[in-house]
Amino acid sequence: MSNLFDLLVAGLATGAIYAIVAVGFTLLWQTSQTINFAQGEFVMLPAFLMLAAMQAGAPFWLAILIGILLSMLLLGLGFKLLLVDPMLRHGVLPLAIATMALAIGIKEAVKQFFSAEASPFPSIVPTGDVSIFGRAVSLQSLGVLTLAILAVIGLTALLNRTSIGHQMQAAAQNPTAARIIGVPVERMILLTFLINAFLVALASLLITPIYLAKFSSGEVLGQAAFIAAIVGGFNQVRGAIAGGLLIGVVDNLAAAYVSTQYRAAVPLILLIVIILFRPQGILGRPEERTV
Amino acid sequence: MTCFPRSLRIALGIIAVAGLIVVPMNFNRYGLFILSQWAVMTIAAMGLNLTLGYAGQVSLAQGAFVGIGAYAAAIMTSQGLPLIAALGVAIVLCFTIGWLLGYPALRVQHHYLAFVTLAFSTLAFLVFRNEDWLTKGIYGISNIPRPNILGFPTNRPLPFYYLCLGSLGIVSLAVWWLIRSPWGRAFVALRENPIRALSLGIDTRRYTLMAFAIGSALGGVAGALYAPLTQYIDPVPFHLSLSLDLLMMVIIGGAGFFFGPFVGAMIAVLLPEWLRFTQGYYLMLYAVAVILLLIYSPTGILGILDRFLAERRTKIASARRAAKSSLEAAP
Repeated sequence: MSNLFDLLVAGLATGAIYAIVAVGFTLLWQTSQTINFAQGEFVMLPAFLMLAAMQAGAPFWLAILIGILLSMLLLGLGFKLLLVDPMLRHGVLPLAIATMALAIGIKEAVKQFFSAEASPFPSIVPTGDVSIFGRAVSLQSLGVLTLAILAVIGLTALLNRTSIGHQMQAAAQNPTAARIIGVPVERMILLTFLINAFLVALASLLITPIYLAKFSSGEVLGQAAFIAAIVGGFNQVRGAIAGGLLIGVVDNLAAAYVSTQYRAAVPLILLIVIILFRPQGILGRPEERTV
Repeated sequence: MTCFPRSLRIALGIIAVAGLIVVPMNFNRYGLFILSQWAVMTIAAMGLNLTLGYAGQVSLAQGAFVGIGAYAAAIMTSQGLPLIAALGVAIVLCFTIGWLLGYPALRVQHHYLAFVTLAFSTLAFLVFRNEDWLTKGIYGISNIPRPNILGFPTNRPLPFYYLCLGSLGIVSLAVWWLIRSPWGRAFVALRENPIRALSLGIDTRRYTLMAFAIGSALGGVAGALYAPLTQYIDPVPFHLSLSLDLLMMVIIGGAGFFFGPFVGAMIAVLLPEWLRFTQGYYLMLYAVAVILLLIYSPTGILGILDRFLAERRTKIASARRAAKSSLEAAP
């Protein structure tokens, strides 16, 4: 029983990270029809930026700050201006393919300029255990979970409670109407790219201490976030959050109760079942298309 | 490319085929391996082009079908069965799996096939890796024999290259015939406007499913050649990244163009080899090249050619019209 509890906590912690990445993913899809196949690499890169800053002599907190800013500059502004803007008018598919190429490029660049080996990464939350209701719970899991929940609450508040958030939603749902009532749609789209870059940097900071910094670690993460987004509902932020948590928990339970060999299969089977019975995702709206 | 006169097109085709037969004769072993790989990947990409370029469905599992074909060939030929039997099994297996996979996915909406195939791709990889009794797991299957074709052994690189090239020729003819048949026209109709196609009485779901299943079967054909080409297979090359690579090939070459996969596979297989002198940078340069190409021409390389020819055609046509109207105005 205590085993199950540990698994749930660990699952929610990784799930919360998946959720952050999946939320960024759905934001990009909603505001600019970008299916970002490089999202996993986007999570992998900031950790290396932070490591590079630390190697240059910056203390950990400054390295985190530099990492987040650089990530917003490169993966937010740069990604939008250099790749998405010139490609968007050509439709969804060429852009998706271009992000696949980008994923290869980022992976190879990290392998070449940093290291092909896995590097350890300092944890921002203290390691060790803490006793809750007489149970030992890993501090790291708790810290990750808390930070991720704070990020999600902050983002939801931004989207639903502030004027900027409402403008972003308007820009995503109906750009033409939003433009007519005076929403600066272009600026709002740029803002979602910056938010996505911030979220992936945060996810990078949270997950890298657990899985080490490695150039190839984005593949698994990107796929998990992608599945989380589909399972939860491609067109809803809260769907992505639910999907992320669900995939994290299912993944951890599968590792314990199914078999280590086929643990990766369980979320995929869940994905197929969801597509069969509830294609719009758990919390998603069905997409309606006009002829 | 309807601008070229028919005779010129036939001549170009003959020159290309002759070049592919004659030029590699004094290639070394590695060069022949790369060219054979190009032929095999072209077959797989042609299958995906049917699904994507003609029926407008995104499949992220073509690499998995190549894997299924490769394992079918490796397992059967290692048991002493002929490659042609393995090829048949690979085709039937991939077609059936494609059908079963596409049937529920296409019940919903267009991009769900991409999601389902993405999941399938990883599931297939897990089966290749974990079912030791069948696939020998991570150790892989080695010493895969190469077949005898009409009594000729193809153990040496050159004969095997000709086997790959010949298979590519047969597949090309079959696909050429298919896209000109009523089926192929139905595929295009449902890519261009599915609702119109439906109202014209085309069973869109069945035809989309058919395009996907045939495309998957071609992935199986490519796999059945891949196994004897490398003579050793393990799960790694059939990871999701192969599916993504194949998708990239189709888009770079030009989705929906008959020769798109030829060009795309050439770039994806040969460009990294040519860039190898840059050592660690070659895949990075490849990625940048792909992105720049797609920014410049999202319809791929043949898209550039097509645009150029279309412009020339309108220029010629307008010049002809101008000449005609000036003639009429003159008297």
